Amino acid sequence: MKTQMETRTWAERVSHSSLRLGIWTLLWLITLALATFGPLFLWPGQKAISGIAVVINLAVGIGMILAHIRNLKNQDELQQKIQIDAMALSLGAAVIGGISYSLLDITHLIGFDAEISHLVILITLTYVLAISAGKRRYR
Amino acid sequence: MKNRLKVLRAERDWTQAQLAEALEVSRQTINAIEKGKFDPSLPLAFKAARLFGLTIEELFQYESASMS
Repeated sequence: MKTQMETRTWAERVSHSSLRLGIWTLLWLITLALATFGPLFLWPGQKAISGIAVVINLAVGIGMILAHIRNLKNQDELQQKIQIDAMALSLGAAVIGGISYSLLDITHLIGFDAEISHLVILITLTYVLAISAGKRRYR
Repeated sequence: MKNRLKVLRAERDWTQAQLAEALEVSRQTINAIEKGKFDPSLPLAFKAARLFGLTIEELFQYESASMS
């Protein structure tokens, strides 16, 4: 396996690790959907199966994180910089935006509950926009 | 930091993609270095200098203005 990795070109290694990351992400989404909708439609009332589904989702999530780290290490230094800048911005947006959003909820300035899904959307949008801006900056 | 990457590449009739492949980076990275938008790390600068058979100083020129 190691010999096979060494004979690959850099571009092939990046492509391969990106594909692996894509597969892990897809698997995580499938297990997330199973853990979310399984208790409602597939195994209602079966708490043990729901627990197993959550544990599987968590395990696959850890695999996805490791695949992301491996993918990042395979990128060249400019791509790594773009990715790290985008992640830093996303983290900042998550902390600052999340706390402000929570305050709006606690002080009843918004008429609905602050949902974690809204924060995930904010992080995703920030990350995508920052990656796009980074790629444009170094074009 | 100024560099002679574009000139040296043109002298050898290499494309950005060919140079990128030789240095194991993306074409975007070569383009950003040539345009002075991105300064390479020391290992990458050494690798590029070795590829062209030059010293780092012959390939990259430090400019104090780029500190800002």
